[in-house]
Amino acid sequence: MRIGVYICHCGGNISDIVNIGEAVEFAKKQKDVVLVRDNGHICSNEGQMLVLSDIREFKLDKIVIAACSPSFQGQTFMKMMERAGLNPYVLEMANIREQCSWAHINYPEEATEKAKDLTNIAISKVRLDTPLSKAKMPIGKRVLVIGGGIAGIQAALDLGDAGFKVYLVEEKPTIGGHMAQLSKTFPTEDCSACILSPKMSDVAAHPNIELLTYSEVIAISGYLGNYNAKIKIKPTYVDPSKCTCCGDCSEVCPVDVPNEFNEGLSFRKAIYIPTDIAVPHSFTLDIENCLGLLPLACAKCRDACDAKAINYDQYEKTMDITVDTIIVATGFDIFNPAEKPVFGFGKYENVLTALQLERLVEHEESGKNLVDIGNKIAFIQCVGSRDEQIKKEYCSRVCCMYATKLAQLLKRNRPERDIYIFYTDLRAYGKGFEEYYKRAQKNGVKYIRGRTAEIQENPKNKKLILKVEDTLTRSLIEGEFDTVILSTGMVPSEGTKKIRDILRIGRTTDGFLAEAHPKFKPVDTLTEGIFLAGTVQGPKDIPDTVAQASAAAARAIRLMNKGEYEAEPITASIDEELCAGCGVCISVCPYDAIAFEAEGARKFAKVNEMLCKGCGSCAGSCPSGAAQQKWFNTEQIKEMLRAIL
Amino acid sequence: MSKPKVAFYWCASCGGCEEAVVDLNEDLLQVAEKVDIVFWPVALDFKRSDVEKLSDRSIAVSFINGAIRTREQEEMVRLLRKKSAYVAAFGSCAHIGGIPGLGNQFAKEKLLKLIYEDLETNDDRTVPKPLSKADGNELEIPEICEYVRTLDQTIDVDYYIPGCAPPADIILKGLTAFLKGELPPKGTVFASDKSLCDTCPLRDKKPDKFSIKELKRPHEVIHDPEKCFLSEGIICLGPATRSGCGERCINANMPCRGCFGPSPRVYDQGAKILSAIASLLGIDEEEIASEEDVSRLIDSIPDPVGLFYMYSLPASNLGDKRRNDEQKDNS
Repeated sequence: MRIGVYICHCGGNISDIVNIGEAVEFAKKQKDVVLVRDNGHICSNEGQMLVLSDIREFKLDKIVIAACSPSFQGQTFMKMMERAGLNPYVLEMANIREQCSWAHINYPEEATEKAKDLTNIAISKVRLDTPLSKAKMPIGKRVLVIGGGIAGIQAALDLGDAGFKVYLVEEKPTIGGHMAQLSKTFPTEDCSACILSPKMSDVAAHPNIELLTYSEVIAISGYLGNYNAKIKIKPTYVDPSKCTCCGDCSEVCPVDVPNEFNEGLSFRKAIYIPTDIAVPHSFTLDIENCLGLLPLACAKCRDACDAKAINYDQYEKTMDITVDTIIVATGFDIFNPAEKPVFGFGKYENVLTALQLERLVEHEESGKNLVDIGNKIAFIQCVGSRDEQIKKEYCSRVCCMYATKLAQLLKRNRPERDIYIFYTDLRAYGKGFEEYYKRAQKNGVKYIRGRTAEIQENPKNKKLILKVEDTLTRSLIEGEFDTVILSTGMVPSEGTKKIRDILRIGRTTDGFLAEAHPKFKPVDTLTEGIFLAGTVQGPKDIPDTVAQASAAAARAIRLMNKGEYEAEPITASIDEELCAGCGVCISVCPYDAIAFEAEGARKFAKVNEMLCKGCGSCAGSCPSGAAQQKWFNTEQIKEMLRAIL
Repeated sequence: MSKPKVAFYWCASCGGCEEAVVDLNEDLLQVAEKVDIVFWPVALDFKRSDVEKLSDRSIAVSFINGAIRTREQEEMVRLLRKKSAYVAAFGSCAHIGGIPGLGNQFAKEKLLKLIYEDLETNDDRTVPKPLSKADGNELEIPEICEYVRTLDQTIDVDYYIPGCAPPADIILKGLTAFLKGELPPKGTVFASDKSLCDTCPLRDKKPDKFSIKELKRPHEVIHDPEKCFLSEGIICLGPATRSGCGERCINANMPCRGCFGPSPRVYDQGAKILSAIASLLGIDEEEIASEEDVSRLIDSIPDPVGLFYMYSLPASNLGDKRRNDEQKDNS
């Protein structure tokens, strides 16, 4: 065995703290190590060429790179191994940057000792590493896109255009998501519905997209190239091919329900179309609010429908589909401001959310006012964002700009309006944002840096009294406002929570789903073949959402386009000869990748390597040592421990 | 041709292993016909000097039971090792430390103080010393070692006959192998490589997937003899223990306590079963298991070492640390 050890300076990131010379001398003393070198940047082309030529010259057969985290540059060095004709799994990385120089920046001696230990661990492990081969698996061209907001729409269209079969599942009766509710988009002030609706109809007309609205994914099993999804399709009781959207059914419907699309500011009927731009363009009978499908109970809508589109004889269906990859685009919900009772949402009638204002502004512009919100208006920023009290520490990223936009639109509708935006910090980070903000200031929107502690209502005129400390001028601002708008942040949607449990994908502390790597795999998840698009991964605006949706589509295409893919070989395996069938592994496996197999009287557990993600739960808990994790077997772990004890 | 010489010896043990040999019944007579027993303190009047007189490696096989607790035991097994071609560790104590091994939780002095000074039922409060004088004579008794060791932590061991005590069929299997000269590779444990679940009569009663919400001790519940102990929340060491015992405990409606030791690829039986059980605890409600829930579950095991390491403490990694300390002290 001939091991080569490379210790990276990382351009000072490591070498400023860790004593590289000492680490080199230490590594030289280890058994089987024939060459130790240090280098400024081993990951650079020059660094890699050095390793490649050493492998040839010194006949190295195993390599240890002491540098950064393997989750950062592991792939780079594995590819380098392949170029050298070596198996990528006889390479080990010792993380002496994140775990040594960065973590112990004030303790250079200890950091050096730790770097030596970690390098020694890697050497001990690499000795026992054996080449692993990646199995080649066939893969088809079918994608499930979950969520029909702008993210899901964009991903579905990109995939469909590229020739992939897409199933787009949306739980509401129409696709479009929150974007369909918005008045205009910032900073260009395009009409949101106008730019969205062509995309929505493209989806409906696309030959490669099968649109499943009013539907929900209820179960998913399988693995990359063979995901089986069960989809529940709720009945709409209206045949979209016959419905002419004349609205006669709605007119006769005796039931009034708060209109979700207008954020409860108006009413709709139990049979309704969510919006004029709805796709599919058809009415839906909301069975939860309908008086009943029996002609005895009501049946007015059916009688009113000249097109005979209404059919009460429909039932919930389930549909099973098999897909190769999945894109999750289940979006966000707005923060429920009732969780901040100090702002009086739900108590004071003139306190509204920004999403409600979007609906109001749109109606105001078209002259169909829903409510008159007066002329003196205050926006309170960061409601449900950057608030440690309610454990929402993140910034929702869109509120500063949508408040700016709404303020401008309000002023445009009535220039005499007096508008205040009470903000924490103004974040105008995107393309054209700063200019847009400047324009709003010029147009007379008043930006006050200060957090509102409480809102009080004047019981006589229902006006709202705000006391805010202007933290820039250290003066107290007190005023009476006609309407207060709460700039509510984004929270993970209910659909996201459900799908997280179904797909078993991780989340970050903010509750949004976790990407595989924040920098290099921003739309991948740790589960192969499942990608994230849009606000399911964290708050973002429309351009970012669309960019991410296209990225997710591209990442999915990358896996499917070749017709086959290489499966990760670091999986668990169970020694049939040792396994006694106690079932502990089956109980602990989070991916349902292990099942019993019987051979006569013998019963043993077997790992489905396609489902196995290599988490190691079975190997850790197997009481007889029959379950072993490839690349991390018990013998290796023991040697790694021995190296530092 | 002379019959092969066989020796039996006992160290820190309860005597059950000797009983187990006698329990061979008529089979013992057949064995006795074929061998020449040269040393067996419990049954025959041979002395240490008789063994010393034998030439090296002249004993075909020595069966040694019990853990190594005293200097005398250490000396005797060294002597037997020298005089024997093969040494077999007989029973759990010689194999993995056994019940006497639980003494490794405490320092020697603490144990002696407890037994000879603090124990209420002990009238005579004298602590025995290796050397003492009585009636003008100098008396010597063996010194207690710092820690209990397994046989293979003391001398080189060729084979293992596991169990507390080893069942007759396992003993016969071992004896027959020696008599016929059909010896398996060195280090073989005369039992299955698979764990007890493989042969457990309750195996098919166990659900494929289960989690443990609450831990129960055998005396706290009336256990349904048709159900797997572990799936019912009663800790059973079966999954981490070699099969071959004849499921004596299970058939008596008691969970396995691990006397056959771990399967070949496991280094630490107690840690392994602990890891398995910890993985199964409240797995369905993992997310909502609060610190209190976890503490409550942990606290429901009053003596974790005594439970998970009932037989294997000296052979475990926990024992390693102690031995290392001892070696440091000695050097």
